[in-house]
Amino acid sequence: MRMRELVFAGAAVCALVQPLQAKTILVAPGDGAQERLQEALIAAVPGDVVELGAGRFMLTDGLSLDVNGVTVKGQGGIETTLDFSGQQGAGEGLLVTSDDVVLREFAVENSKGDGIKSKGADRIVYHKLRVEWTGGPKASNGAYGIYPVESRDILIDSVLVRGASDAGVYVGQSRNIIVRNSTAVENVAGIEIENSFDADVYDNIATHNSGGILIFDLPNLPQTGGHNVRVFGNIIVDNMTQNFAPKGNIVANVPTGTGVMIMANRRVEIFDNVIGENGTTNIMVVGYRFPIADPKYDPIPREVVMWDNQHGRAGWAPQFRGGAEIAAAMGGSFPAIFWDGVGGPDLRPVIQDDVVALSLGLKDVAADTATAQPSPLARSTSRPAALPAIILPESMEAIVR
Amino acid sequence: MRFVLPFLACFAAAVATSAAPNGTSENVIESAGMPATLSAFGFFDGSAGRPSSVLIPYQLRTPLFSDYATKQRFIYLPPGTNVAADTDGRLVFPVGTALIKSFGYPAASGGLNVIETRILLHRRQGWVALPYVWRADGTDADLRVGGTRTAVTFEHAGTKTSINYGVPNKNQCKQCHASADEMTPIGPVWQNMQFPRAGDRERMAKMLPTLARLEPFAQWDNAKSGSLEQRARQYLKVNCGHCHAPRGSASNSGLFLDGSASDLTAFGIGKRPVAAGRASGDLDFVIAPGKPDESIMIRRMESTDPGIAMPELGRTTVHREGVGLLREWIAAMPPSAH
Repeated sequence: MRMRELVFAGAAVCALVQPLQAKTILVAPGDGAQERLQEALIAAVPGDVVELGAGRFMLTDGLSLDVNGVTVKGQGGIETTLDFSGQQGAGEGLLVTSDDVVLREFAVENSKGDGIKSKGADRIVYHKLRVEWTGGPKASNGAYGIYPVESRDILIDSVLVRGASDAGVYVGQSRNIIVRNSTAVENVAGIEIENSFDADVYDNIATHNSGGILIFDLPNLPQTGGHNVRVFGNIIVDNMTQNFAPKGNIVANVPTGTGVMIMANRRVEIFDNVIGENGTTNIMVVGYRFPIADPKYDPIPREVVMWDNQHGRAGWAPQFRGGAEIAAAMGGSFPAIFWDGVGGPDLRPVIQDDVVALSLGLKDVAADTATAQPSPLARSTSRPAALPAIILPESMEAIVR
Repeated sequence: MRFVLPFLACFAAAVATSAAPNGTSENVIESAGMPATLSAFGFFDGSAGRPSSVLIPYQLRTPLFSDYATKQRFIYLPPGTNVAADTDGRLVFPVGTALIKSFGYPAASGGLNVIETRILLHRRQGWVALPYVWRADGTDADLRVGGTRTAVTFEHAGTKTSINYGVPNKNQCKQCHASADEMTPIGPVWQNMQFPRAGDRERMAKMLPTLARLEPFAQWDNAKSGSLEQRARQYLKVNCGHCHAPRGSASNSGLFLDGSASDLTAFGIGKRPVAAGRASGDLDFVIAPGKPDESIMIRRMESTDPGIAMPELGRTTVHREGVGLLREWIAAMPPSAH
């Protein structure tokens, strides 16, 4: 092939890769919003922007996006609202099942199930969104506010989530994740990273939830073995909203007044956070307590490290069996940090924070906390090498800059 | 299969140039377009009640429940093409195939008042789903990619029920029909199929000699067709297994009802909820053996609240008879099953 032909062939390939005529599809609120908006989300081609006008879209069903490379953009988290209070079907407000999607500057209110779910949606960006159940904490609210699952490369930046009856921001069975600059208020769990690998959760505010930030791993799921999670620079205060999750849910077991809870994860770092005014405890490290029939699953937390956190008041109202007795024995207050003690000294968390930390000395993950054999945990003088920072593709960072 | 498709496609393209019988348009099926009206395909002769004679009507022994709607299913095969099948009995259709499904309710005047017709087209790039909604005068149906809702009143078991019947949008079609992001048909599995028109079964069996030997699956509402266990599992497979599969849209739940579950927990027995949220109610297990009232599965199938109801799509009423079968099945499980 001669050089000129090569150039032409190259140009042809570029033309295929680049969207030929990326366009903006404007959708305004008003009559027929459901069908007009859904049709726009279907008609969009990669590179398109579906732009939502200012005002309130009264929706009757779930919405969904299944086209790669589409941006859905409103006029702001107050100005543009997708109102699902009249929703008659679908398990979430907005469902995204395609890659390279950007959701920005709009709100989702009062969806019957989850707020925004993205599944198998790689390189998704959630930016400047508000997902809210406007009646505040209620068991009848949907489960998750922002809910990416089974995805790789997730950026959640500058969102506000309020009222989720499970977790405000929930990242499940995913990898390479950043949740930052966001606010979680009056959810059962503010921010939850579950069965996921490689996550940074930083510069967020989690307040007035039942539990502020949760790092969990559960059995019997396609992806288990959650690990490599860093929680830093967050403000995690006053998570005293009475747990309002239905009993069967795993988060129903989160004691009201929990700052950070780590369950059955491996290699978790908690540092540089401000954590206080949490009535049960500021940081809790525990195993998965229920019987399991999953040979791949490890119910015990391992390699948890904490340093340079600023602790405020904690533990004046511990909400689990035996907690009050331990608090009384310790002069009225439960410690700011505790570990269930399962696995013995080899598995103890590395703690450099200057507060009282306790091992409950439980013999196994299922042991009743009322049978605790508490003993203080000494401050560590050194800590293992830090985990590397999460790096997302530059194209994703450019979107929020 | 992947490398066979181009050959089938070439073959289909060759026959497409021949005159299409009964007005069906292979060009429309195979082109990339989304025709605005159903009549562009030529599947029906002016009304939903008059399907072209080239369509092969079929029924399912155990169907997906869709708000008690009556469904009429058809296969369109390009002339001269054959159907193949995988070892599980799942039919493999040539490019140019259309699967056609009409949904309606008995009309006061007799006959069927058809609301919508959904079509699945097998194009060279894969399957495409398109929903068409019939006009009030019944002469043609219009493409509604965004879906719609329409008020319907029907009678079932002596009770009149009014619902806001949901026509799915194009993406929702995919939610159920996707397997690892690829569109795929769900229904046509030989052991679950019946052919009401004389000669069709023989014609299909001739293309698929190995399938003719397979035992039919249990029919959910016919106790003579299989054990309670077989009928319940078949009901779950058809009604839940398209999403609750390792490559389906509920893969993240770890609950697999498509027949792939390798242990009792993955099948829901003694399985704790993961992302069910308030849908779990105050219950601990998807299936609590011996205790239908304490099983999240039953609770979700008996709810019509969108935040709780399962299946998530296509259901605004409760399938009393189907849930009845599952209740009976769970009640009969020994409590020690997990």
